[in-house]
Amino acid sequence: MSTRWFGQPIPRVEDERLLRGAGAYLDDLGHDALAAAFVRSPHAHARITDVDVSAALDVEGLVAIYTYDDLPDRLAEPLPLLIPHPTLTHGRTPYALARDKVHHVGAPVAMVVAEDRYLAEDAAERIAVRYEPLPAVVGIAAARAAAHLVHEDVPGNLAARMTQSTGDVDAALAAAPHVLSLDLAIERSASTPLEGRGVLARWDAEARRMRIWSSTQTSTGVRAAVAAKLDLPLVDVDVITPDVGGGFGVKIMHPWPEEVLVPWAARLLARPVKFVEDRREHFVASAHERGQLHSVRVGFDDDGRLLGLDVRFWHDHGAFIPYGLIVPIITSTQLLGPYKPGAYRVTFDSLYTNTVIVTPYRGAGRPQGVFVMERVMDAIARELGLDRTTVRERNFIEPHEMPYDHGLVFQDGRPLIYDSGDFPASLAKLKQLVGWDDFEQARETARAEGRRIGIGLACYVEGTGVGPYEGGHVVIETSGKVKVATGLTSQGQGHQTVFAQIVADELGVPLDDVEVVTGDTRRFGYAVGTFASRAAVMSGSAIALAARAAKEKALRVAGDALEANPDDLEIVDGVVRVVGAPGAEISLGTVAVLSNPLRYAFDTAAQAATQFASGDPAKPPVPEDDEPGLEGRDYFSPMQSTFANGMHAVVVETDPDTAEVKILRYCVVHDCGTLINPRIVEGQIHGGVAQGVAGALYERMAYDDAGQLQNASFMDFLMPYASEVPSSVEIDHLETPSPMNPLGIKGAGEAGVIPGAAAIASAIEDAEGIVLTSMPISPSELWELRRSKETG
Amino acid sequence: MKPAPFDYRRPEQVDSAVEVLGTLGSGAKVLAGGQSLIPLVSMRLAHPSALVDINRLRELDYVRVDGDVVRIGALARHARVLADPAAGAAQPLLRQALRLVAHATIRNRGTTVGSIVHADPAGEMTAVLALLGGSLRVRSSRGERNVTAGELFLGPLESDVRDDELAVEAALPVLPPSSGTAFVEVSRRAGDYAVCGVAAFVRLKDDGAVAAARCAYLSVAPTPLVLELTDQAADPRAAGEAARAQVQPEADLHASADYRRALAGVLTERALTQALAAARASGAAAA
Amino acid sequence: MSELIDVVLTVNGVPRPLSIPARRLLSDCLRHDLRLTGTHVGCEHGVCGACTVLVDGLPMRSCLLLAVSVEGNDITTVEGLAEPDGALSAVQQAFRDCHGLQCGFCTPGFLTTVTAGLRDNPDPDEQQARDMIGGNLCRCTGYQNIVRAVLRAAELAR
Repeated sequence: MSTRWFGQPIPRVEDERLLRGAGAYLDDLGHDALAAAFVRSPHAHARITDVDVSAALDVEGLVAIYTYDDLPDRLAEPLPLLIPHPTLTHGRTPYALARDKVHHVGAPVAMVVAEDRYLAEDAAERIAVRYEPLPAVVGIAAARAAAHLVHEDVPGNLAARMTQSTGDVDAALAAAPHVLSLDLAIERSASTPLEGRGVLARWDAEARRMRIWSSTQTSTGVRAAVAAKLDLPLVDVDVITPDVGGGFGVKIMHPWPEEVLVPWAARLLARPVKFVEDRREHFVASAHERGQLHSVRVGFDDDGRLLGLDVRFWHDHGAFIPYGLIVPIITSTQLLGPYKPGAYRVTFDSLYTNTVIVTPYRGAGRPQGVFVMERVMDAIARELGLDRTTVRERNFIEPHEMPYDHGLVFQDGRPLIYDSGDFPASLAKLKQLVGWDDFEQARETARAEGRRIGIGLACYVEGTGVGPYEGGHVVIETSGKVKVATGLTSQGQGHQTVFAQIVADELGVPLDDVEVVTGDTRRFGYAVGTFASRAAVMSGSAIALAARAAKEKALRVAGDALEANPDDLEIVDGVVRVVGAPGAEISLGTVAVLSNPLRYAFDTAAQAATQFASGDPAKPPVPEDDEPGLEGRDYFSPMQSTFANGMHAVVVETDPDTAEVKILRYCVVHDCGTLINPRIVEGQIHGGVAQGVAGALYERMAYDDAGQLQNASFMDFLMPYASEVPSSVEIDHLETPSPMNPLGIKGAGEAGVIPGAAAIASAIEDAEGIVLTSMPISPSELWELRRSKETG
Repeated sequence: MKPAPFDYRRPEQVDSAVEVLGTLGSGAKVLAGGQSLIPLVSMRLAHPSALVDINRLRELDYVRVDGDVVRIGALARHARVLADPAAGAAQPLLRQALRLVAHATIRNRGTTVGSIVHADPAGEMTAVLALLGGSLRVRSSRGERNVTAGELFLGPLESDVRDDELAVEAALPVLPPSSGTAFVEVSRRAGDYAVCGVAAFVRLKDDGAVAAARCAYLSVAPTPLVLELTDQAADPRAAGEAARAQVQPEADLHASADYRRALAGVLTERALTQALAAARASGAAAA
Repeated sequence: MSELIDVVLTVNGVPRPLSIPARRLLSDCLRHDLRLTGTHVGCEHGVCGACTVLVDGLPMRSCLLLAVSVEGNDITTVEGLAEPDGALSAVQQAFRDCHGLQCGFCTPGFLTTVTAGLRDNPDPDEQQARDMIGGNLCRCTGYQNIVRAVLRAAELAR
């Protein structure tokens, strides 16, 4: 009996290489490449009146300097608006190099190419750009006030206003026995992978081919964008994603200015060119997320059941909006979580500010939405004197109501219909795990010791595995080895391991015989990308289907060779055999040989497939409805997303004097359908929880009124060390299989981060008796809140 | 983030280092551990014309207790000073402070004297020197001089060590009998510069009454602030109140001014409580 | 300006003669001059720890060292951590066993740091394991499995 790999917490196949320092990240490649560096705007908003490069020209090792005026044709046009939406009436995107204005600190103004990065920076430092500063629009309040405009032709700084609703909210609120109003804010943060962005390009002038390596979450996206911008046939552009040092969303954005400029320069200079973003650049030139302000009115009955929910929010998307309205659309829909809102109306404004662009960061609008909804739940509980879990239980969508249609449209343009989930069971597990019902005793014990502790919880539902599609390709080679390719990329999620687990099971081959390649357009040209917790759902399903196709053919070919009915065959450890007939077997490698009719034998085994050795002379060597080779290719394109869910509970202690917050316990109940590799899923949760804690207590992008990012370094942007995260994350899984895909899986990549701010706010509020309406919160801010409370 | 070019010298002896510094003029910087300097150079926020690398000056790699003084050579890394049993026994505040200096990896390279010369008002070792009334020995081709803590710190990141001078040694008094010290701080992340930190020194009379008490403060003033709290120290809470009334911190990204002031009070109380306990233990041990 | 200085760096036990400018950071020198790209650069201001290498056995940030300044020191990078027979070291093996890495970018800095840390303290408790890695940033793992890997490495080494 062969091992079943699906569901096993096996170690990752990626690791050995990475542990030896033999990974190949972007900057580990292209040692012969020229280096690019950028002159970036020091102003948040300014007119460029002059760019003087003369002082840079005699820098040793300088190869080229480019400004906007050098850009040809389509490269001189604004970068693409990736996700147009009918309500995005005023979508603006940047030029690859600033044309006559800069709209945020860090905007690229000139590109320098030199023999190495040191020399490129020497030259960049000597380029004198004259700016005429303009008033900067920073923060949601300034954007709404619109005393100044980020783009002259965008009135009110408003890119889009979008409303969705179900039911009659006004009537529901008017009739509700209780109505509360809340204003809730989440500040900006960012993905902040340890490896920044980077791109390397080689132009092969003889073959007229462009080869690009990019630290991206979408190689096919970069490929299409570069081909379009450089006017190259798509088939002449290869994009390869090497090892990527983390993404968390920021690298799904594309093409970054550097991603088109570097290939362009490489072609122009006929030399490889590489750009490796440094940490300071990453803060001011790569995307942020999360900054939103929300105003909520909620009506509810005496039991705490929602009757109407009216949400108005403002989304700060930065200076441009190339990624469209995805983040606020997600907030506006996923805010509902596991609850039935009664009548619901949500309206958001997406606003320009003179800051770095906003694109999804792990969680993508959900942490904000969950913060809003869970604050509402806590407020209702407080208002009615009910336990916080009771209010949630009373508003849950019940399992028998699945699939549940909210009557709204999700981020993929499809109806927001939850496919499965058992929220009451999840909450029961969470209460058990954290000891919710015994907490009052713990609180009293702590109080007697002069300590303040509090408990909080938060629930979420996460649409994962959005379309449109992914594909998989499975080839069984004549060696019996299985080569698998899918187009989406990997940034540490262990795809090579989990996809191999799927294929090993589907085909019945040893895990070690399966090798998976991701994100290489040479191996698989059709793909979307890695975002929205979709890789396992989409590529996992596609690869399973592709493996099934390959298996079907293997059984057919083997059936011919063994003179058996394919239905009587099984594949075990890479050998096809007739069930119940010992000795009647053929290896998959031999089946691969037989599947490809040959004229020329390349080795002894291959002789079996040559024209004098095999085949029915009455039939064509390759039947009309068949193809040579033992491979399968298939695509997975579901009707809609599949919805994972989870609930977190956290116990905090707050220092009565210093207002420092310590997390004593962090408990997670998580339902992402069936688990391919529980160890990898737990790792994803651990990492997400750390980012949730970071977003609750540590990380923010601190812009001053002039639009200068004041904490653009790891000294002041407080990414947690091991000392700042909970010392353990207690996890309990619920597995409610998804009916939306062949494996029953739901996405798991983002889940851990989503309810962090909401749960921690709930716990601090519980410890302090102070209502929290804004996250993150620092000790200084908590202390100030205490003082306001004391002074009334 | 790559350094601009600079002239580089790597003298093998203190005399030649001093000579080189004398000839290079302003714009030259001494490179010791470099844990604060190199980031500034890499970000091109500092543009030294030359770096004089003193990492070959083995003669300055020492920590020793010399009678009633702990002497720390300019090449002694934080980690070495932290681990030195004799220095730790002679002046416990060294260990109490050094364990709070950044992270262990930084302490493996950064030097104690370097961090004092760097004069960061958030730096633990500047506060130690100020609290204990230590001094710095600096040498140039013009000769050698001692700079007391009171004279040394001119402003944030500005110390009275001139361009042609090399700080060769920090000297700190050993802990007198019936005395105790403590160092407490609040930082956003472990290892970060403190939002506020307090170093305390207490000496007791034979009858257990406070003979002397003072605290030094991180991150509340442009230079290390030392407050004389002898009269209040017997009641740490009152001392905290006194401290709170005297500090004039500023707000920054991480903390409001009032929060910092409140922390100065809380941490004064905590530090003095610990220092008093240590002093009493020290007195009891002697008796 | 970029006058070259001849130095010999000893990296993973091998003397490596080089001609480099004084300003070359050790991290860049290892990666680009010596093509030892296992040492990664995550911030270049000494906070993240991805570039941590061992200098005479002590963990140090290679982005905060000038390459010319460590002539005469023994430098160990992640490429030098495996056992002489090529097997993964206890620390490397423990990271694999415990799923102590995801994207792997910060990992070399953790491996060098923990290698030195366990030499100083071969039997850490959980808090000591946490402290040992307290100066290294990881964005993927939330550190949970890294702490486990430190404890597991200590166990494997026994």
